[in-house]
Amino acid sequence: MVAVNTQQPFSVTLRVWRQAGPAQPGKFVEYAAKDLSPNMSFLEMLDVVNDELTVKGEEPIAFAHDCREGICGTCSCTINGKPHGPGKGIATCQTYMRSFKDGDTIFVEPFRARAFPVVKDLITDRTAFDTITQAGGFITARAGSAPDANALPIPKGDADLAMDAAQCIGCGACVAACKNASAMLFVSAKVGHLGLLPQGQAERDRRVLAMVNTMDTLGFGSCTNQYECSAACPKLISHDFIARMNRDYLKATFRDAFKPAPAGGGGGA
Amino acid sequence: MATLDSKIPSGPLADKWRKHKTEIKLVNPANKRKYEVIVVGAGLAGASAAATLADLGYKVKCFVFHDSPRRAHSIAAQGGINAAKNYQNDGDSVHRLFYDTLKGGDYRAREANVHRLAEVSVNIIDQCVAQGVPFAREYGGLLANRSFGGAQVSRTFYARGQTGQQLLLGAYSALSRMVGAGAVDLHTNSEMLDLVVVDGQAKGVIIRDLVTGEITRHSADAVILATGGYGNVFNHSTSARGSNTTAIWRAYKRGACMANPCYTQIHPTCIPVSGDYQSKLTLMSESLRNDGRIWAPRKTGDNRAPAEIPEGDRDYYLERLYPSFGNLAPRDIASRAAKRVCDEGRGVGPTGLGVYLDFADAIHRLGEPAVRERYGNLFDIYHEITAESAYKSPMRIYPAVHYTMGGLWVDYNLMSNVPGLFVLGEANFSDHGANRLGASALMQGLADGYFVIPYTVGDYLAGQKPGSRPSVDAPEFKQAEVNVRGMTTRFISNKGQQPVSYFHKKLGKIMWEHCGMARTKAGLEAALQKIPALRDEFNASVNVPGSGDTLNQSLEQAGRVADFIELGELMCRDALTREESCGGHFREEYQHPDGECKRDDEKFGHVAAWEFQGEGKAPVRNTEPLNYEFTKMSVRNYK
Repeated sequence: MVAVNTQQPFSVTLRVWRQAGPAQPGKFVEYAAKDLSPNMSFLEMLDVVNDELTVKGEEPIAFAHDCREGICGTCSCTINGKPHGPGKGIATCQTYMRSFKDGDTIFVEPFRARAFPVVKDLITDRTAFDTITQAGGFITARAGSAPDANALPIPKGDADLAMDAAQCIGCGACVAACKNASAMLFVSAKVGHLGLLPQGQAERDRRVLAMVNTMDTLGFGSCTNQYECSAACPKLISHDFIARMNRDYLKATFRDAFKPAPAGGGGGA
Repeated sequence: MATLDSKIPSGPLADKWRKHKTEIKLVNPANKRKYEVIVVGAGLAGASAAATLADLGYKVKCFVFHDSPRRAHSIAAQGGINAAKNYQNDGDSVHRLFYDTLKGGDYRAREANVHRLAEVSVNIIDQCVAQGVPFAREYGGLLANRSFGGAQVSRTFYARGQTGQQLLLGAYSALSRMVGAGAVDLHTNSEMLDLVVVDGQAKGVIIRDLVTGEITRHSADAVILATGGYGNVFNHSTSARGSNTTAIWRAYKRGACMANPCYTQIHPTCIPVSGDYQSKLTLMSESLRNDGRIWAPRKTGDNRAPAEIPEGDRDYYLERLYPSFGNLAPRDIASRAAKRVCDEGRGVGPTGLGVYLDFADAIHRLGEPAVRERYGNLFDIYHEITAESAYKSPMRIYPAVHYTMGGLWVDYNLMSNVPGLFVLGEANFSDHGANRLGASALMQGLADGYFVIPYTVGDYLAGQKPGSRPSVDAPEFKQAEVNVRGMTTRFISNKGQQPVSYFHKKLGKIMWEHCGMARTKAGLEAALQKIPALRDEFNASVNVPGSGDTLNQSLEQAGRVADFIELGELMCRDALTREESCGGHFREEYQHPDGECKRDDEKFGHVAAWEFQGEGKAPVRNTEPLNYEFTKMSVRNYK
């Protein structure tokens, strides 16, 4: 982050993508953002601009946000061509105006990907991620049936690596950053997290096949190993998980093709 | 007057829940699919409830206003989750967790509820590990623990500084599994705008689709609200911007009682406010108090840089005032101590509203890498916001609104006084009394969703005839829809001058000044004049651009702020009536000479549950006595 040495108020010019709905055409519209404090967050700057628009009787800029501390994954702007803006390892809501300087022109767009259609202005529909998770991103564990938590020690290294992957906030920056709009980093983070844990073994093959196959039907592109996804990820999740998932997928595909068919069951007495 | 029967089972404290589970009614497996249950909200409580009820075989419809259930605000909880596992062999037990929680709540919670919470805490950890929640572990592979405020044992389980995220993603994965299996009908971008009560029982909701603006009616055999807390009534809080009171407030207006609304938690360690544009406050986890030491300059107006203030000129006031708990004093006590220090003119930072949280000793003792491993992500957050490194100089922190212990009144079964309406998690009032201990919110959300509601909802449904839920064409549904449409039209057609945020900020200032960390009769009476005036101003001059037939964030906020204004008034009324100090409710008139809370168990050893009487009419204050059978209400002592 480039720190501004001064606490002086400053001004920037915004060029913001405005689009009334999924079927309407969109365009960049210019707004002046004046008297900004370097300690303002980027989204607080948009709040101020929106209040000014409202007072003028214009419709404010729709943008997605909620927790404003980088963990819910709701915010999703591409700022000057970079998903989540100039900072490394942070989300849009953690971007502060001290990253910009007086007189800058800032382009603000929604995350762009075929699988994430624009809903309005800067908001996109990321339901595809939920659909992938619903296909297999879980460990089946009925409430009330779990064994004691310490009955199964897990090596610290495995648990830590699983946690690295599990940190994914599901924002979609990886997809927006990828020239192919691939969702491999998102999917591999979940496959990696659950596959690294002993609890996740029973469904490991089924999970990776179901998640990857669902991903492929939803309009995401393929991975061509450019690693823009990891660079844009607010949690800096490593692309190593993609390689790990590719191995899992290959093994699962073979096992699935050659597995013996179990005899059918029947009702009880 | 509403009847408030707590339905606490008879028998010894430790046997109540076990006995209750064997005595309540069951629904047979083939009948479960004939019942439809609506769950509103998909945070820890909502997602775990929806997933578990669907797994049992009920038909579940789940509504969330977020674009995905994974975004609910439980995700932002940092520090951890308590459980009486005693894995550290340090003397913990179910009884001790029960006692710490009850005492932490300043003896204003129900004994039986709190004991059940402590009992099921151990199952929660088992359940979460089975789901793949990657809790922190020791090198031997066993689960690691740390300490939290108000406890003298290490019983807090954690996943770095992202425990809430990992627990929510666990519940989200369980919910996703049920959605994938077709057992949960999930509606995202869907905000509940009214509760439908038919023949005195909760039988449905009115929902607005936040993308298309479409308003729809949904009927069910039971309705579960798990919609979180109302801290945003203060505008500045650690809650997510979208967190709101609308679902529970509209249920209140349909007859559900609102219990102890004035019990709010002010968290001692948040990043101080930096300007008027500020939209939210960011918490620095309580876990930091395991290794960080809180101090302020001994002298007033000492504006030297922290490194230049020698040890002798520093006041480690928590260690001085509360030697046995030190920096891990409960939140309400630590917050008020910080306020007193700043009121004395010893605060630090540009506004004077701040104290230091210093890691120099911990870095010296453990080395920077160990501190980084424990708290690295929190130090990073601090750096993003302030552009300062907490490895080099102490953090500046100040208390901020963090949690609301009050909420809709529920009985032991988590059912409100409106039959068929259940309330879980932060949205209810049940388990934390007047102050919640750290790492207990996650515990309560998951206890309610995974382990309580699956039993108690069955007890209610067993008394409902399968297939008897009303049609959405019933007059009550039509009337509720007309009510919702009327509100939307009023906002859109009211072409005033001010954005919604203008009113939210004004309300926040009134609430923080008069109903915040310290409250007085005069202040609360002033607030009760100011808030109705603000409501009139809001109605006359709010400007909501755009239409109701599309995604309209101003319209969403207008509805939420309108509800906050009304709730704020009720909170002040509740705070004014409760003429004692307890936990997070501190009335300056009622304090011991050392500044601690002075409770009045004789007059206020009860739950206050407010009942709506109609627009413009004063609500009725019902009470539920808190009968302590097993514990003595005593003066909290952390010295």
